[in-house]
Amino acid sequence: MHVPDGFLDAPTSVVTGVVAAGGVAVALRKARVELDDRTAPMAGLVAAFVFAGQMINFPVGAGTSGHLLGGALAAVLVGPWTGALCLSVVLLVQALFMADGGVTALGTNITLMGLVGCFTGYAVFRLVAAVLPRRRASIAPAAAVGALVSVPVAAAVFTLLFAIGGTAPVDTGAVLTAMVGWHTVIGIGEALVTGLVVASVVAARPDLVHGARHLSDASRLEIRKAAVQ
Amino acid sequence: MRGMRSRRFFVVGLLVALVVAGVGSYYASSHPDGLEFVAGETGFLDSADDPKTADSPFADYQTAGIDDERVSGGLAGVVGVALVLVLAGGLAYAVRRRGPAEPTD
Repeated sequence: MHVPDGFLDAPTSVVTGVVAAGGVAVALRKARVELDDRTAPMAGLVAAFVFAGQMINFPVGAGTSGHLLGGALAAVLVGPWTGALCLSVVLLVQALFMADGGVTALGTNITLMGLVGCFTGYAVFRLVAAVLPRRRASIAPAAAVGALVSVPVAAAVFTLLFAIGGTAPVDTGAVLTAMVGWHTVIGIGEALVTGLVVASVVAARPDLVHGARHLSDASRLEIRKAAVQ
Repeated sequence: MRGMRSRRFFVVGLLVALVVAGVGSYYASSHPDGLEFVAGETGFLDSADDPKTADSPFADYQTAGIDDERVSGGLAGVVGVALVLVLAGGLAYAVRRRGPAEPTD
């Protein structure tokens, strides 16, 4: 979903740039609550994994493909604010070094895949996790649903930006239908990857999963005791 | 003790990321992604400008000067993973709470 230079006009790109910069500034403060000596390396690993996952385009039919966006995945694993920072770093590296996503569209891409992706994914994850049984086994399915919803929502927000500041005279309704339709299919892939990865991390190190914190108080205590020696 | 030791967990996680980016990416679908496809279908694809960083040594996830597509793409993926790991990990270390882990929420 990397928006290239030119899709959106300059004023819209400036506004999304301001939104992204503001979001990152708030995230830098809020991520402090989510990050400590134990979870900081996890943020690096999650960002690296999202970068790798975004390279794997999977076919979704009719000559189209999709790839992991990773917002919901990052938000569940390291928290939504840290997740937004992870996605911002990924998108920055992609725009500067890989020519993937325009440099003038960096704010747009951080807004869509970083802020909208992470916070939509995390909000839906929390809602679903609240309904499911309070167990570790509920974390991955809840994350998968968050991932599934986050992709078409980000696609819809792109369409809104396109309706406001698109440079080509194209009917918004047609763009909305196609964007949300295709990205719902891509969202199924997003849900599968997110569910599998979260399930793996929950199985290996549940104490490192931000979204499972409310379940792992006991293991946190164990780790603190071991660290003191 | 429950679960994997930290060092092992991070080594395995990083290896997975490196293999996905360095090897798996070669097998990725080359079809346009959802946005690009919709842009083509509904008629705004031509409004895209050429990327301003198109002359970057890793533009389009290929390494400049390496003809073998598998090596060229794999190297770009590995470099990208390393860059992102260092930048995001460094940023996380810089903003983290100091001192022992402590639940705050």
